[in-house]
Amino acid sequence: MMLIETAANFDVRDYLRKEMMPHFLCPGCGHGIALRALLWAVYDLGLDKDKLAVVSGIGCAGRLSAYIDANTFHVTHGRPLAYATGLALARPDLHVVVITGDGDCLAIGGNHLIHACRRNLKLTCLMLNNEVYGMTGGQVSPTTSETRLTTTTPLGNQEPHFDACALATAAGAGFVGREVTHHVPKLKELIKAGLEHPGFAFVEVLSDCTEIFGRKNDMGSSSEMIMRQKSEIRPSAYLDTVDTPFRSNALPTGILTKNSRPEYGAAYRRAAAARAGAS
Amino acid sequence: MNAVDTALTGKNAVKLISGNHACALGAIAAGCRFFAGYPITPSSEIAERLARYLPEVDGVFVQMEDEIASMAAVIGASMGGVKAMTATSGPGFSLKQENIGYAAGAEIPCVIVNVMRGGPSTGMPTRPSQADLMQARWGSHGDYPIIVLTPASVREIYSESIRAFDLAEQCRSPVVLLYDQVIAQLSETVALNSAANVSHTERKGASGPRSAYKPYDGGSDGIPAMARPGAGYRTHTTGLTHSEDGFPTQNPEAVTRNLSRLFSKLERHRDLIDSFEALRCDDADVVIVAIGISARAATRAVELCRAQGLRVGLFRPITFWPFPETQLRQAVAKAHGVLVPEMNTGQLRLVVERVLAGKPVEGLHLFSGEAISPVDIATRAAALARGA
Repeated sequence: MMLIETAANFDVRDYLRKEMMPHFLCPGCGHGIALRALLWAVYDLGLDKDKLAVVSGIGCAGRLSAYIDANTFHVTHGRPLAYATGLALARPDLHVVVITGDGDCLAIGGNHLIHACRRNLKLTCLMLNNEVYGMTGGQVSPTTSETRLTTTTPLGNQEPHFDACALATAAGAGFVGREVTHHVPKLKELIKAGLEHPGFAFVEVLSDCTEIFGRKNDMGSSSEMIMRQKSEIRPSAYLDTVDTPFRSNALPTGILTKNSRPEYGAAYRRAAAARAGAS
Repeated sequence: MNAVDTALTGKNAVKLISGNHACALGAIAAGCRFFAGYPITPSSEIAERLARYLPEVDGVFVQMEDEIASMAAVIGASMGGVKAMTATSGPGFSLKQENIGYAAGAEIPCVIVNVMRGGPSTGMPTRPSQADLMQARWGSHGDYPIIVLTPASVREIYSESIRAFDLAEQCRSPVVLLYDQVIAQLSETVALNSAANVSHTERKGASGPRSAYKPYDGGSDGIPAMARPGAGYRTHTTGLTHSEDGFPTQNPEAVTRNLSRLFSKLERHRDLIDSFEALRCDDADVVIVAIGISARAATRAVELCRAQGLRVGLFRPITFWPFPETQLRQAVAKAHGVLVPEMNTGQLRLVVERVLAGKPVEGLHLFSGEAISPVDIATRAAALARGA
C-alpha cells in the first residue's frame, strides 16, 4: 500500500533539471532506471534538495549528476569518493551521495573505495555496474565477466572479475547492498536504506549496457539482458564472511552487510570537543 | 596552553619557529579550516601542526589514502564553502596535478603547498631544490591560469600563506605556495599577528534569485560569484568545458567566450597578485634574479659586492606566476649583466631570458642537494660587474 502511494505521488520531474533533457544515455541503458530509483528514494525520505549534494566521477554513470536538481559536482575520473570525503567532512549538514561506475569506482578509484569503506564517513555510494567502460567505447572493466568480449579483450576476458559488494564488505563498509534494475521498488528501498544508514553505505546496481557490451556479446535486447540478470540473482543472501572478492554466478541481492560502526565525522568532532573541554 | 599559539587568539607575539610551522600558523590565521594531506618529506610538519590546530578552531584535518585523494578532498571541502589547503613535496605534487587542473578549470579556491626537494623522481627527499618552478605553472594538462608564490624566509612563509588564501578566494583560483626544503625546516623569528589583526578575505558569494544567477558569469571583474551548497542555488560544477550556466558545452562560441575569461582572469588582477622585491637595483650594473633560499644568499652577495664598490642589485619575484615581467624589465633597465642563481638546471633563467630578450643572462645552477653559497654568487656577480 505504502509502495503504491509513493509510486503514485512521486513525480521524477520534480527532481530533474528539465533544461538538461533529453539525456544522453543510450536506448536500453539501465542507468536511467537507477537514477529514477535514487530520486524516488530521495522523495520517500523527504530529503531537502538544497541539502542534497551529488558527487559523480567520469563515465556514463558520472554524467548522471548533471540531471539532478541538487548541488551537483562532476569531478575527475575515479575520485568522486575523495571529493565527497572533503565535502562531507567540511559540511556535515549536507547529505552527500556519490554516483560512480564500475571502472570509476573499482579500477582507477579502487583505493578511495576501500578507504571510504574503512573510514566510515557518512556517504552513500551508488555504483552502477554495467561490466564495461561504455563512455570510451567498450573496454574491459574490473567487473567484466570471464570470457566476455570487449574491444580490449578480443580473445575473451581472462581476468577474474570483482564482486564489488564482497570487496566493500571486506574493506569494512557498514552497509552493503546490491539490486538489479528489474526490481525498481526493491532497488528504491535498498537505496533508501543506504541513504538512512548513519555511516558509509555502498549500493551496487547491476545495470546493463545494451548498445556496446550487449551488442558485442550477442546478449539481445535490454529486456533480455535484464531478464538474464534477474535469473542470476539470489535475493537476500547475507554476506557473513567473505571468502573471495571475485563474483560467482549466483549473485546475492538485497542488504548484504549491515553493522553500526561509529561514523567517522561525528567521532572526529566528538574527540575534538572532548579535547577542547579537557584543556 | 592550546596547541594553536596564543598569538592567534590573543595578542601579537614573536616566536622562533620553522618555515613549515609558520605555514601552518599562517593558514589558521587566514581562516583555513580544512586540511587533507598525505605524509611526505620535507612537508609533513605542516600536516602534523594542522592535525593539532584545526580541531581547536572547529576545523577538520584528515590524512587521506594518497596524494590524489588529498587534493580531491581539499577541492571538495572548498566546494562546500570552507577554506582548504594541502601540503606536499615533488612526487606528491606530480600526483596532485590532475585535480589542480580541475580546481583551475572549475575555479575552486584552494591552497597547495609544495616544499621543493631534490628530483627527479624520489630524488633527495631531505635535500633542497628549486626545480618545480615549471611544474607549478604547467604541471596539469591543458591551458589554465594559476598563482604561484615563492617566499624566501620563515617570516615571509607566514605572510605569504595568509596572502595565498586571500588570493585564492578573491580570484577563485588554486594558489601554490612554493618554497624549498631549506626555509621549510629553517627556524627564524617571526612576528605573529593576533587573529584580530589578520584581515580575512572571503570569496564573492552568490546573491539574488536563483533564476538570475549564473555560476560562471564573470561579471565586471571576470571572477564569478560562487554559490554555497545549501543556499538554494543548486548549481552544477564540472571539469568539462562549461558555459556561464555551469553545464557542459562544446559550442565553439561559448567555449571561446568562457575560456577567454578564464585565461585572462589573473591578468586582469595583476595589481592584486603581483609582488616582488627590488634591492639596490636603481644604479645596478648587474642584477641578480633569484627566489627562495637562493635569494637569501643573493642578498648577502649584494652586500659583499657593494662592499667592494661594485654596483650589484637583486630582483626577487615573490609572486612567481604570473611572473612580474614589467617590474623585472624596469629593475634591469640600466644593468649590463644579469645573473640567475638557482637550484636547478635553468628554469628561472629560461623565464628571465624570455622576459629580457636580447640581454645577456648568465646562470649559476646547483643541483647537488646543497644551497648556493653567498660567496659563489658574489664571485660571479663581481666578475660580471667588472666586465670579466
